[in-house]
Amino acid sequence: MSGADWIALLPVIITGATAVVAMVLIAVHRSHGLTLGVTLLGLVLAVLSLWPAASVAPLQVTPLLVVDDFAVFYLGLIIVACVAVALLCHGYFAKCEGRPEELYVLLLLATLGSEILVTSTHFVSFFLGLEILSVALYALTAYLHTRALPLEAGIKYLVLAASSAAFLLFGMALVYAEMGTMQFREIADRLALGTGLHGAMLIAGAALLITGIGFKLGVVPFHLWTPDVYEGAPAPVTAFVATVSKGGMFALLLRFFYGNGGYQTPSLHLVFSIIAIASMLVGNLLALRQRNVKRILAYSSIAHFGYLLVAFLAAGAFAVQAVTFYLVAYFITTLGAFGVIAMLSDGEREADDVDDYRGLFWRRPVIGTVFTLMILSLAGIPITAGFLGKFFIIAAGASSSVWALIIILAVTSVIGLFYYLRIVIAVYAALPGAAEGAVEGAQPRTLSLSATSAGTLIVLAVLLVWFGVYPTPILNLIQVAAAAL
Amino acid sequence: MILVWLIGIPIVAGVLAWAGEKWRAELSRWISLVALCADLVLALIIWARHAGGVTLVPDSAWFAQVSWLWIPRWGVHFHLAMDGLSLLLVLLTFVLGIISVLASWREIQDGTGFFHLNLLWVLAGITGVFLAEDLLLFYFFWEMMLIPMYFLIAIWGHERRVYAATKFFLFTQLSSLLMLIAILGLYVLHHTATGTWTFDYPALIGTPLPPNTAMFLMLGFFVAFAVKLPVFPLHPWLPDAHTEASTAGSIVLAGLLLKTGGYGMLRFVVPLFPEAAHRFAPVAMVLAVIGIVYGALMALGQSDLKRLVAYTSVSHLGFVLLGIFAWNTLALQGAVIAMIAHGFSTGALFALVGALQERTHTREMDRLGGLWAVVPRLSGAALFFALASMGLPGLGDFVGEFLVLLGTYREHLGVTIVAVIGILASTFYALQLVQRAFHGPNTNHWSIRDLLPREILMLAPMMLILLWLGLWPQPVLDTFRPAVAALQHTVSRQVGMAPADRSGSAVARRGGGP
Repeated sequence: MSGADWIALLPVIITGATAVVAMVLIAVHRSHGLTLGVTLLGLVLAVLSLWPAASVAPLQVTPLLVVDDFAVFYLGLIIVACVAVALLCHGYFAKCEGRPEELYVLLLLATLGSEILVTSTHFVSFFLGLEILSVALYALTAYLHTRALPLEAGIKYLVLAASSAAFLLFGMALVYAEMGTMQFREIADRLALGTGLHGAMLIAGAALLITGIGFKLGVVPFHLWTPDVYEGAPAPVTAFVATVSKGGMFALLLRFFYGNGGYQTPSLHLVFSIIAIASMLVGNLLALRQRNVKRILAYSSIAHFGYLLVAFLAAGAFAVQAVTFYLVAYFITTLGAFGVIAMLSDGEREADDVDDYRGLFWRRPVIGTVFTLMILSLAGIPITAGFLGKFFIIAAGASSSVWALIIILAVTSVIGLFYYLRIVIAVYAALPGAAEGAVEGAQPRTLSLSATSAGTLIVLAVLLVWFGVYPTPILNLIQVAAAAL
Repeated sequence: MILVWLIGIPIVAGVLAWAGEKWRAELSRWISLVALCADLVLALIIWARHAGGVTLVPDSAWFAQVSWLWIPRWGVHFHLAMDGLSLLLVLLTFVLGIISVLASWREIQDGTGFFHLNLLWVLAGITGVFLAEDLLLFYFFWEMMLIPMYFLIAIWGHERRVYAATKFFLFTQLSSLLMLIAILGLYVLHHTATGTWTFDYPALIGTPLPPNTAMFLMLGFFVAFAVKLPVFPLHPWLPDAHTEASTAGSIVLAGLLLKTGGYGMLRFVVPLFPEAAHRFAPVAMVLAVIGIVYGALMALGQSDLKRLVAYTSVSHLGFVLLGIFAWNTLALQGAVIAMIAHGFSTGALFALVGALQERTHTREMDRLGGLWAVVPRLSGAALFFALASMGLPGLGDFVGEFLVLLGTYREHLGVTIVAVIGILASTFYALQLVQRAFHGPNTNHWSIRDLLPREILMLAPMMLILLWLGLWPQPVLDTFRPAVAALQHTVSRQVGMAPADRSGSAVARRGGGP
């Protein structure tokens, strides 16, 4: 490896090294604050190292990884999201019994896995990244191992993710057997030269690959783990699963299919269309009957990845940009929403019932406002980034005339409004003067709110409105990133 | 710049009003009042500056403009512009805004600061809708007025407020998403035809479109505005929302939000898709008369005062739709006058019903009755506005509906005759309202206070404006005539006809003075 290679990989290397340092540090001196500090320091250094990395991009580092502007953008997104999750974890786990320090090691490892996913151009690195991410996530999900729900969620996730990894591996093997290469770009070239997607082995391989990827994204029909894991995992971890894990996989999907030409095959287009439509419908419809906020957000995330697939399928000049912008908006929104849940939860249970939010705005105007903004962004209402994201997706769809998909998107997102509004109305229910008794009944617990969590939430809310009102800076970045693909 | 102030003042004042609650609840009311008065003064200044200076060149019908690049990559501009039509509707917005603040002075006691934040923001959104000249910006404001309105209904409404608010939101949101798709469709097709990405309204006019595509896009816009207006089969949200909202909510809904639908039809649907709109006109006109008759008949059958007034809106706004799709000078002038007059007459009726409910805690006409002797001033005011609403000559609504009928008569006789039946029915419901609520024996032995000075202060200007509109509408007509002429010019230029102004102003003057 040359000097430039090292520089290009610096963000990934720093993340990995920070995990090691944090682990050793815990062995020497166990302190929650110190571990968080080291984690944050490492992540900030990783973010700073993006500039040198970008200066040598695009660069193929070994046959496995590539660092181009696209990768740099997604690396930044993932690392920043990890910073937010770490800050939220600090407030959340301080309230729980048990030792919180190892959590940060796991977080860093999972982030490392996701970083490898967004830089990989080869089945081997794809699988390695996926496994590093997944194994860390099993432990993270079940981190509060004295409670029943997280344990159950962890085991469910372990069993299902392990089997989906097996599918993925088998799919890779079949594709390799047929193509003789595991390099994304070479697969694309051979598909273009050859007859396209024919032959039983290749089709079976593609189907298994889609199964593995679809599982990680939590799209229908591979979504069954989503509600349980979302509900069971500690709220900040859920935020991590929803953003870093799924986002990394989507970035890989973009690289795999857009570097590939595979998406142009009508059969794959059809398969992804069906997945998109099913996700939008199932996600939004199943969320209607839930009363648990985390489950509602789980089903809504299924729907949101359906929306993302619409942009992915649009495949016009806008598609990659639309997906990336939507992912940015979705990251902010999801982190914010789960951040509020984490903040209102205490050492005993998660604040995940709709009733926990009754009158939140009147008790805590700032947190109530942040939560409202996040939910409205998920619903795609203007002045939030979620609106421009949805707008961008519809624009991408319109520019390549996938009218059926965008009309389904519009209709299902109105169904979605129904449950978002139910949360919003709960936040504003029970006017302060009107029903004093009812409010008291709904909030028996007094909460000590951590300053780090509150600060993180406010920053997220500001970003949400900023990108929703003046998106030009982020759009410029995204355009550079998308052009590199 | 003054246009930015018009929108900016309520937004900032809303935040101040919210913060002001910490010191005193009264403070947020005063902040709102002062902000809206300042806005009203600004709008009046614009009017005074342009009164009489009627521009005859169609392209310079704008009084004021501001255009900044907002999102260059997508060709989005922060483009606001005001012509006579926008000006009048903006004036209506601020007057009714002041009335809403006054009407909720005593009614709203909980969450006062947040209430005024929402009220001011919904007014800012509505103002933005009337001023935006960029389709994405327009959509932005269109949605921006939705959330505060939702809160106004859902938090401070009556018994079934959450149900009504959700229904309102889902109806409007589904239709506006269809409009968003249509906007983006137009945006993409404009790029295909010209190679530029832009949402700018003047640039998008005249985009060459295949007829069927134009029809679909036009329907996307039409549905969004038809839900707001409301047009007959899309109205079910309206009676619930109007009935369950607080007084200020009802005033804003009926007086202003419905007007955004009419404004959208006038500004966007017809000029952007003239041919499609022309083909669609018979359907729209039939829907309009169905709405007129249906709304009037439904109003006849109500016993809840607010529901009654709500259904009359369906009927009155049918005239607006009729006038817009008849698309000749008389009908258009009638439609605009009808929108303005309806804002005042219905707004006042809602304010009166609100005042009555505050005193008696009921809206059921059967439980009222015999109030004339108890509250003569309130009853007299109710009679006045009920007469205005049924279209008594000499009051604003008459001028509007009469002009619409005159204009429609030239286009289609049958439709006009059915619409007249609607007017006939309106006589019954208006008189029934007065009869059942105020006349007869006072069987329930109501003894309540008459109108307070604050309430007189808010009702008297509305009476004067309605009288003014009814007796001497010429200044108002003069204000918006160039704007409407410019719209007509845009359309006829595209359809390739001669300007359709057939002695419009002369007849309008005759029609205006009954």
